Amino acid sequence: MKRLLVLLMVAFTLVSTSTLAGDLYPDIPKATGKPHPEGNEYMRINHMDMLKHDRDTVVRQGVRDEDNSLAQCISCHVVKDEDNKPVTIKSEEHFCRVCHDFAAVKLDCFSCHNSVPTTPLQSSALYPHSNTELDGLLAYLEGVAK
Amino acid sequence: MSKEKIANLQRRNFLKSGAALASVTLASGVTLMALSQGAAASADPNIRWGLLIDTNKCPSDCDDCVSACSNEHGWENNGLLTDPQWIRKVTLKDKQTGRENSLPIMCQHCEKPPCVDVCPTGASFKRADGIVLVDRHICIGCRYCMMACPFKARSFVHEKVEGQKSYSPRGKGTVEGCNMCVHKLDAGDGTTACVQACSASGNGAMIFGDLNDENSEISQALANYPSVELRDDLRLNLGVRYSNI
Repeated sequence: MKRLLVLLMVAFTLVSTSTLAGDLYPDIPKATGKPHPEGNEYMRINHMDMLKHDRDTVVRQGVRDEDNSLAQCISCHVVKDEDNKPVTIKSEEHFCRVCHDFAAVKLDCFSCHNSVPTTPLQSSALYPHSNTELDGLLAYLEGVAK
Repeated sequence: MSKEKIANLQRRNFLKSGAALASVTLASGVTLMALSQGAAASADPNIRWGLLIDTNKCPSDCDDCVSACSNEHGWENNGLLTDPQWIRKVTLKDKQTGRENSLPIMCQHCEKPPCVDVCPTGASFKRADGIVLVDRHICIGCRYCMMACPFKARSFVHEKVEGQKSYSPRGKGTVEGCNMCVHKLDAGDGTTACVQACSASGNGAMIFGDLNDENSEISQALANYPSVELRDDLRLNLGVRYSNI
């Protein structure tokens, strides 16, 4: 009897912890592409400020940095459905919605921006300056050599 | 700009690049400057983008520029009064002689844009290279700019938009207009969708280029042939000029 009670208690604890874990943390979909050098924790706290800063530099100054763009976020964090099609913001599975629904924070980006990548490699096709740092470095080294 | 600030601005790029990390150990301060110059491909204040449209070469039955713009930016004209119009074909008729002209009209990218003057939020602005844009992040959709524009160049998005191009976001409740294909210019294409379509059609009625560059095709054409700006009485110094009106 005592053994049965212990078994029951263990089973109950297991069930309750798993449901608790399910309630506390949203199931964040895995992304493709390289991980953020800042770490996920940094991105979770600061992504909105980074996006806001980048939106202003892009729109106002025309500084286009593909890696910091919303389009780039979306292309790595794309979630696909059973038919292997990217899900839009209408779906609860959408990367952004998973946390935003959980935290009850309204998301306004996608009333204007597309919530799925429009073409697979559009960013690199659009902005062929992906090696600007390297170019800058080479230009500098060339200058020093001269 | 202080060295610290540059470092802060470029922090992400800097962290991203292994090459940059290696270079910093070589010569930190100077290399960071070089990096920031390499990455900051922003709108060039020495450029003023402009258009010259030869109305003699613009047939009244051709609207390739309009459809090219529509395809490029994803707006549709379904014949409703509320449809957006970034560019449209207009027919002018001289009542005395009966001579008709057909020409495309879009945002004229004024040097002194009235839409910027009236905007209560600062959403309507002029970029360093002379392109007049709407920052739809802070546009409240009041439509003052539409009232102020002498060319009816802006329109309001009345309906919900889906499936936008990622380089041309647009949405309900904001004002929009010709952006001179900034995404193409920033990518270094040096032309716009309408001008490409116009030359592809064989008409070649539109020339796009830098008005500040004396040797550009557009500056040469402007220097050698007569052209006018629309409503020159307003003294707005437009970026778009027309010849043979």
